[in-house]
Amino acid sequence: MKNKQINGKTALRVLKTVRGFYPVLFPLTIACILFSAVVGALPAVFMQNVIALVETSWQTGDWSAVGSRILSLVGLLAVFYVLALAASTTFTQLMAVITQGTLKKLREKMFGGMQRLPIRYFDTNNHGDIMSHYTNDIDTLRQMVSQSFPQMLASAISVLTVFSIMIYYCVWLTLVVVLGVAIMLVVTKKIGGRSARYFFGQQTALGEVEGFIEEMMNGQKVIKVFCHEEESKADFDRLNDALYDASERANRYANILGPILNNIGNVLYVVVALAGGSLLLTGVPNLSISGMAFGISIAVPFLNMTKQFVGNIGQVSHQINAVVMGLAGAARIFELMDELPEEDNGYVTLVNARENADGTLTECAERTNVWAWKHPHKADGTITYTRLAGDVRLYNVDFEYEADKPVLHDVSLYAKPGQKVAFVGATGAGKTTITNLLNRFYDIRDGKIRYDGININKIKKSDLRRSLGIVLQDTNLFTGTVMENIRYGNLGATDEECIVAAQLAGAHDFITRLPQGYQTMLTGNGANLSQGQRQLLSIARAAVADPPVMILDEATSSIDTRTEAIVQRGMDALMYGRTVFVIAHRLSTVKNSNVIIVLDHGHIIERGSHEELLAQKGQYYQLYTGAFELE
Amino acid sequence: MVKELAGCIREYKKASIATPILVSGEVVMECTIPFIIAQLVNAVKNGGDMGVLARYGAVLVVMAALALTFGALAGMTCAKASCGLARNLRKDMFYSVQRYSFESIDKFLTSSLVTRMTTDVTNVQNAYMMLIRTAIRAPLMLVFAFVMAFVMGGRMAWIFLFVVPVLGTGLALVISRTMPLFRKVFKKYDNLNSSIQENIKAMRVVKSFVREDYEQKKFDAAAEDVCRDFTRAERILAINNPLMQFCIYSVMVFVLSFGSYTIITTRGVDLDVGQFSALLTYSFMMLSSLMMLSMVFVMMIMAIESGKRIVEVLQEKSTLDNPANPIHEVKDGSIDFDHVSFKYSKKADRMALSNIDLHIRSGETIGIIGGTGSSKSTLVQLISRLYDATEGAVRVGGVDVRSYDIESLRNQVAVVLQKNILFSGTIKENLRWGDKTATDGEIVQACRMACADEFVEQFPDRYDTYIEQGGANVSGGQKQRLCIARALLKKPKILILDDSTSAVDTKTDAKIRSALRSYIPETTKIIIAQRTASVEDADRIIVMDGGAINAVGTHKELLATNAIYREVYTSQNKAGDDDEE
Repeated sequence: MKNKQINGKTALRVLKTVRGFYPVLFPLTIACILFSAVVGALPAVFMQNVIALVETSWQTGDWSAVGSRILSLVGLLAVFYVLALAASTTFTQLMAVITQGTLKKLREKMFGGMQRLPIRYFDTNNHGDIMSHYTNDIDTLRQMVSQSFPQMLASAISVLTVFSIMIYYCVWLTLVVVLGVAIMLVVTKKIGGRSARYFFGQQTALGEVEGFIEEMMNGQKVIKVFCHEEESKADFDRLNDALYDASERANRYANILGPILNNIGNVLYVVVALAGGSLLLTGVPNLSISGMAFGISIAVPFLNMTKQFVGNIGQVSHQINAVVMGLAGAARIFELMDELPEEDNGYVTLVNARENADGTLTECAERTNVWAWKHPHKADGTITYTRLAGDVRLYNVDFEYEADKPVLHDVSLYAKPGQKVAFVGATGAGKTTITNLLNRFYDIRDGKIRYDGININKIKKSDLRRSLGIVLQDTNLFTGTVMENIRYGNLGATDEECIVAAQLAGAHDFITRLPQGYQTMLTGNGANLSQGQRQLLSIARAAVADPPVMILDEATSSIDTRTEAIVQRGMDALMYGRTVFVIAHRLSTVKNSNVIIVLDHGHIIERGSHEELLAQKGQYYQLYTGAFELE
Repeated sequence: MVKELAGCIREYKKASIATPILVSGEVVMECTIPFIIAQLVNAVKNGGDMGVLARYGAVLVVMAALALTFGALAGMTCAKASCGLARNLRKDMFYSVQRYSFESIDKFLTSSLVTRMTTDVTNVQNAYMMLIRTAIRAPLMLVFAFVMAFVMGGRMAWIFLFVVPVLGTGLALVISRTMPLFRKVFKKYDNLNSSIQENIKAMRVVKSFVREDYEQKKFDAAAEDVCRDFTRAERILAINNPLMQFCIYSVMVFVLSFGSYTIITTRGVDLDVGQFSALLTYSFMMLSSLMMLSMVFVMMIMAIESGKRIVEVLQEKSTLDNPANPIHEVKDGSIDFDHVSFKYSKKADRMALSNIDLHIRSGETIGIIGGTGSSKSTLVQLISRLYDATEGAVRVGGVDVRSYDIESLRNQVAVVLQKNILFSGTIKENLRWGDKTATDGEIVQACRMACADEFVEQFPDRYDTYIEQGGANVSGGQKQRLCIARALLKKPKILILDDSTSAVDTKTDAKIRSALRSYIPETTKIIIAQRTASVEDADRIIVMDGGAINAVGTHKELLATNAIYREVYTSQNKAGDDDEE
């Protein structure tokens, strides 16, 4: 939480954003708030008038003398009230619409923006932290927009209106009130500031408790196995107590602020009464805009105005915590929205094509199963079509995630259409990094990658990725039916196509044994499936996409060897005719590759077929015979 | 539910009781102050006799001081009580989870437990704060102000008999209309948030399938749905404010017209100007207390869901209880499965284990092989009583595991779970989970057996190297070896390795096994493995298939007689050599 962002700029941006969403409704709402606040402050004037009338005739007891004037005054007041009610009904209704609408639009903007962020953002930011933009930050913002903002605006207007009426009647008493309010502000700043500080402390302590609970709940089974319950309880107590201390303090100061302000208000009331009384007694000439002489008809409404004034200050001070938190939340939301999206300067696109008699390709609109890269050449304005084949070549590629921490050095390799290329090496050797570069999750620092002879930097990212199927070790399934999850690979696929893909991946058998077969709902990343079953589903998902190039990153790591042997046939069928990059821990999976590339610290140290590498008796041989760990 | 939650107040009972009392004091003061002020106003009106003014002023200042004292004290005790309740709730939940059996741990998702212990507790804390402060304050103030209004305003106060029911009915209507809506929409909101979480986690998949627009469309639809319901609920709730204003305005109009009429016609006998202004103050008090009351209701109803979720965690009873007269001594490392069947939940129709009859001698080395879903892990988890057998009995050292003190049993049966977890802390701290009092020498010795010493010694801080959460800074193979060392420090009579060397290379794997054989020969060792190489030298190998024992025998026997074993063996040894798993 950077303090510098919780400032006027953020507040201004929040207002601008809301106005941007609701260019008509928002100003209208503000107008309604202003109107109802001003009208809400007016009764004091009517009261003064009525009391002045009562003053003149209460001893006579003659109602008829002043009755009609009083009633017409009250009638006028009633008209104002009706208007104020209309205004406040309008603005509260509008505010409900605007608040929820704004939150929805902000969520959508955040989410849409997030879809376009580079993978780097997700790799370098804590997922829980990204998530809290949508939960905590949106919640604090809701509080601020729907309650604090209108409340503070209304209070500010009331304060101003009441203040004007006060000096209209009597400057002296106004000065007394201002003095009291100054004291209240000082107190608010002191206690409120302290409370806000402790509230931040509470958030930090809460974060620590949350982190601890998460770690312990994750390892709960280990705790049980080691009978470590008492120790983890003791650790928890320590953090829990710290949280208690922080939140008790924060709430204590927040809670006592109200009574303090309230009673300063009461004392102020007394002081004003005393001051008013002495003004009446001493007959000091009144200083006022109205030029009225000081009298009881001014003193009584003045006391009421004091009450109103103080009440409004209390309202504002009540909102301070919410505003500070809300602005902090808003700053974080804007931060996420301001993240730069993934850049894409590619202009080569993937199109359906038809092959002509002479072997050239023509673009066509319908699906033909023949795909071509459409490559417009800026220099001469011509367009060439290259058949999508799946030829991938890396030339002297260097890469680093962070400056000066190179991960890949001078990597060159090629995969011809239909070939299977395997990467083998320890964790951190750079296997997954290469696949990250192929689909441009990250961009290379130096060198060149060509896909069907085209520099991949020229290919539109979405088209490049569509031509690459990828199955990851950590499978991610979505809430929805099994069928929907498979169809994720190709939204246009029919049920039959999805089932064929599942059969190809060897997933069909277990799916049919699920309670509702393909219509079984999956939730929580397929929590009711085993890791191996999840992997089979994600293979089926890639199969239905039917891409010419596949990347299998530890795709079968959680399938036991016996099942894998069964799946292998499907996998082979899946890989047939495709260029495949395989990363596997289990060497049996990679044995039949055309090329096996052994990586070590970002360098290619060996390459060749299984037999060639075994004959070399190098690193691969050692790995294969179990002399090295593959981690 | 309320009973369970209230049970967590404990040492904060005093503060919880003091708060409403102090609040009552504050309310009495607050309601009397306008009364005195009315006198003050009249004093001003009567020409402002300074002596009278000063007297009323002094009384008022004293009362304000009292109100302040009561209010501030109430604020403090209230903070103490509500934060204390929250602290106890978190503590009780955490403690209760520590008592959970594996069955209960399986039942709750980690993320859901975290939410329950944080967000839900905060909701209850806020509601409790409201309850002991505002829920006392509001009705008390309502009654008090009502009485005072009658005392001061006489006939005029009848207006409140009209206004208060109007506002009350209005508020009640609003609440009853919005609550079902809110309950519905909060569920949708939860779903929306979990779909965001899903999306963040699956970003690589989203991007590789180029589904950004699809995801956005899906999200927009869900967000729109949530927004529509929220707006509906909030719009109804927004009626509260104008309703309140309507009541205040009505009172104002009535008091101004009828009040001035009364003053004038009775020549100030029935009502005077001071009472007149006090009436207005009371009317405001009454209506705002009704308003507060309606807010309390809203908060309470929102907290009820949270309360329910908390109580669920508190009430989850461990299905595994210590017996009445537990046995603390585990005689030896023999294990007997007597026709054991097991299913994970009573409702499940499929047995995870069926009719297992198996007898293991103390000191024997047993290998277990079988595909995923063959219930290998389930089998061994019955030994340290992580689950209880559904039928039949499991005996350790000749005694039914259900007769042991659970802690004594688990200290003698060390399990290295398949899902290994190291905790944030130094290597030493992690290893001492096995034995709190282990000396540095013992730690080094355990690491040597587990072949962890070689890489630990290479870390700059050696055994004081800090392990990140989840063991993120050590490799999978290193993590597994540290977990084995941790279990060895228990010096157990039975050691169970559940696929614990899968990421360790075959040579080291063999080295660990031979170390176990020579250093702790009398310990019963059960090794679950994917590769046959890890169990080849076991005394007996059990082949599991579909929750039943398919065959038992030595490597040679099984190779000759068992189809599954042979299939696994050949799939791993096609080239006549060992495989990496």
